Amino acid sequence: MNILELKDVSMTYGSVKALQHVDLTVKEGEWLAIMGPSGSGKTTMMNIVGCMDKASNGSVLLDGEELSRQTSKGLTAIRRDKIGLIFQQFHLVPYLTALENVVIAQYYHSLPDEQEALEALENVGLGDRAKHLPSQLSGGEQQRVCIARALINCPKLILADEPTGNLDEANEKLVMQILHRLHDAGSTIIVVTHSPEVGAHAERVIVLEHGKIARMTSGTELHKSA
Amino acid sequence: MVLVPTGETGLMTMDEVEEAAEYLQPDKLVGITPYRYESLSINRQPYTTAGVRFAQVAKTSPYWQVDGAWPASGNEIMIGAEIARVTGITPGTQTRISGHSKEMSPFALDMVVSGVITTGGTEESVIFIELATLEKMMGNAGQVNLVEISIEGSQAELEEMALDIEDNVAGVAPRLVKRVASSEATVLGKLRSLVFLVTAVVMGLTLICVATTMMTVVMERRKEIGLKKAIGAESSTIVGEFIAEGAVLGVAGGVIGAVSGFFFAQLISMNVFSRSVAFDHLAVPAALVAAVAVTVVACLIPVKKAADVEPAIVLRGE
Repeated sequence: MNILELKDVSMTYGSVKALQHVDLTVKEGEWLAIMGPSGSGKTTMMNIVGCMDKASNGSVLLDGEELSRQTSKGLTAIRRDKIGLIFQQFHLVPYLTALENVVIAQYYHSLPDEQEALEALENVGLGDRAKHLPSQLSGGEQQRVCIARALINCPKLILADEPTGNLDEANEKLVMQILHRLHDAGSTIIVVTHSPEVGAHAERVIVLEHGKIARMTSGTELHKSA
Repeated sequence: MVLVPTGETGLMTMDEVEEAAEYLQPDKLVGITPYRYESLSINRQPYTTAGVRFAQVAKTSPYWQVDGAWPASGNEIMIGAEIARVTGITPGTQTRISGHSKEMSPFALDMVVSGVITTGGTEESVIFIELATLEKMMGNAGQVNLVEISIEGSQAELEEMALDIEDNVAGVAPRLVKRVASSEATVLGKLRSLVFLVTAVVMGLTLICVATTMMTVVMERRKEIGLKKAIGAESSTIVGEFIAEGAVLGVAGGVIGAVSGFFFAQLISMNVFSRSVAFDHLAVPAALVAAVAVTVVACLIPVKKAADVEPAIVLRGE
């Protein structure tokens, strides 16, 4: 079953064509990597799929909901209920502890549950760092808090924007292990990345160029070519 | 109001004063001070001496500034600041008061000066002594030259009481201190208008300051707002959070303002009017409501900006 379907999706900013007639389907439980050089349309696609922007043309179906027909409030509700976002720059609230940064996502979704949030942190190996502020955590730990926050509301789709872009090799390995665990548990994952090493973990890789899907390959193929 | 004698002797009896007092509304009466004027000497220098009831003077002349203390016994007196300056007498000093009684027999008594008064008026050249003590020295008890009455009431009520006394009590003429009362009312009225004007200006400035501060806060926390929206916060939730934040600041500002306002009002009142300000229980909730209202109104434009922040900014890394 497809969780995401993009049909003839285009996006223009003034005279700039960020995406041009893109067709893409993602199956439930699939791990997809979106790659491409800067300005190829990766972030635009991420914004559209992540319900943060509406496509200029075409249809985007996420878990049966047509995104192009949604109001801003409707997009917020879909983003809150169905999507877990992982950012390259972590984006943790600096004056909240790791635990509170996870709880805040629960607060906007339904009801805060500290115990559940603590378990989410333990799942990413940060149970003992729950009371630390982001400034007291390493980059890898901050990214793991970000992952715990993304997972706390059990989203149908995990969208990760360069999840290892700011991490060293050891932390990159840790984060990829967590993503593998999620994938094994049945989560659908879309990762936007520049890194062929990260892209190679995916089942399927699409490469964007000038707002179009230039080629599609598997993670294994990418790994071999790299 | 003052009561003056109508007879040629320039004196009225305390019986007449008490009869006149019956025409005053007890619930509006602040105090009645009889004055008996004589001439007594300190260091052979004659001064006008007023026999008064100190407990009443404190009520009818609350604006007197006393250096030292009010007399607590019959052998204590107060002197005006001018006499203190000339004689060098300070509070706590013992001094000899001398004079002649009505029967022309000389007397001299050692009295303690408990306090020196400053009023900015003629009282500064007068010796004040308890009326009963003066009567004992001079003889001829139960007669006074003037009575000062302090009443809290409207002009119409004062006029009605004065008319009753005039019609019913012989030997006593009531005089309303109209000029002073009306000029005080004019000054207070103007002062009140000025305070309202200043308050309005301050409220306006506060509104601008809070709006500017909140706008800065929104700009500084743009990324945080974008993040909250990205993880599912609706614009109305963000608006609610900022309004609540503003309201909490408003409450804190209101409490600090009410407390410091009362403190400064007390300070000004004591220095300018020599009277303390009564605590107005309604002023605190009024200040809180005004502070919260100003803060919330000032938050409206910044909050609109906060609601307009796009969640996509967190992906653009801005």
